[in-house]
Amino acid sequence: MMTEGNNSAAEESDAQQWQQQGSAQASLQDAAFLASLRQQMVKFATLQMNDRDLAEDAVQEALVAALKKADSFAGRAALKTWVFAILKNKIIDIFRQRKRQVNVSELIEDNQPLADAFSARGFWKPQRRPKNWGDTTDAVEDSQFWVVFETCLDGLPPRQGRAFMMREFIGLETDEMCAELNVSLSNLYVTLHRARLRLRECLEDKWFDGDCPLC
Amino acid sequence: MLNCTEVTRLYSESLEHPLTLRQRMAVQSHAMMCSGCRNFGKQMHQLRSLSQQYVDRKDPPADA
Repeated sequence: MMTEGNNSAAEESDAQQWQQQGSAQASLQDAAFLASLRQQMVKFATLQMNDRDLAEDAVQEALVAALKKADSFAGRAALKTWVFAILKNKIIDIFRQRKRQVNVSELIEDNQPLADAFSARGFWKPQRRPKNWGDTTDAVEDSQFWVVFETCLDGLPPRQGRAFMMREFIGLETDEMCAELNVSLSNLYVTLHRARLRLRECLEDKWFDGDCPLC
Repeated sequence: MLNCTEVTRLYSESLEHPLTLRQRMAVQSHAMMCSGCRNFGKQMHQLRSLSQQYVDRKDPPADA
């Protein structure tokens, strides 16, 4: 994902200077940093809410709230964590307020390929059987892994992806999710299960299995 | 005895609500004999942890 400012070497070392100075207030006045942060936030919010306009409103409110408190933060990383926390709460508030209208296209949802991972009697087919991922510490420190993670996330069918992200990124409780998505609890469990089956297989195929070129 | 379809479903649900003692015992006795499901169970927790780290990280790959 490209940042909107072009970072020359001079600007990069300026950015490092800001981090060392530890001034969050200065960060928010740094146009390149702000533009990049805004872009990430809008992308995150749009994925959750499936509504670009609402996403931009939520991001704007979060940034305004952040500006008021910027002096409290020691540095850029802490500011960013906190700004995203505000954004998550804004998104939750919006979910709670609005009436959700079910999109017809969302009702037609992916049902099949995961059934194929199991035999007729319900056991793992040998070639689909989950392998041991070992310790994920190495993966987490590798930026390439997060590219793969995001790719696998993007590959989820829309409804599964949104449910998964609402649960795991925002941390919504299941009853809140049922209200927002207008589904029953058992339907929600099935959707989350399918998302996890698909996501874990994608991550295993593209990363943890060890045969892939990126590993 | 549960099969893998049922056990994986229960592993996934255990991330939303605690399983009953009976369910846990059934899952564990299956997992003792099934490495696929054993690995799946572990991966459910790893997925959750990775997701949380992804959100906290939220840096474009170019920044790393």
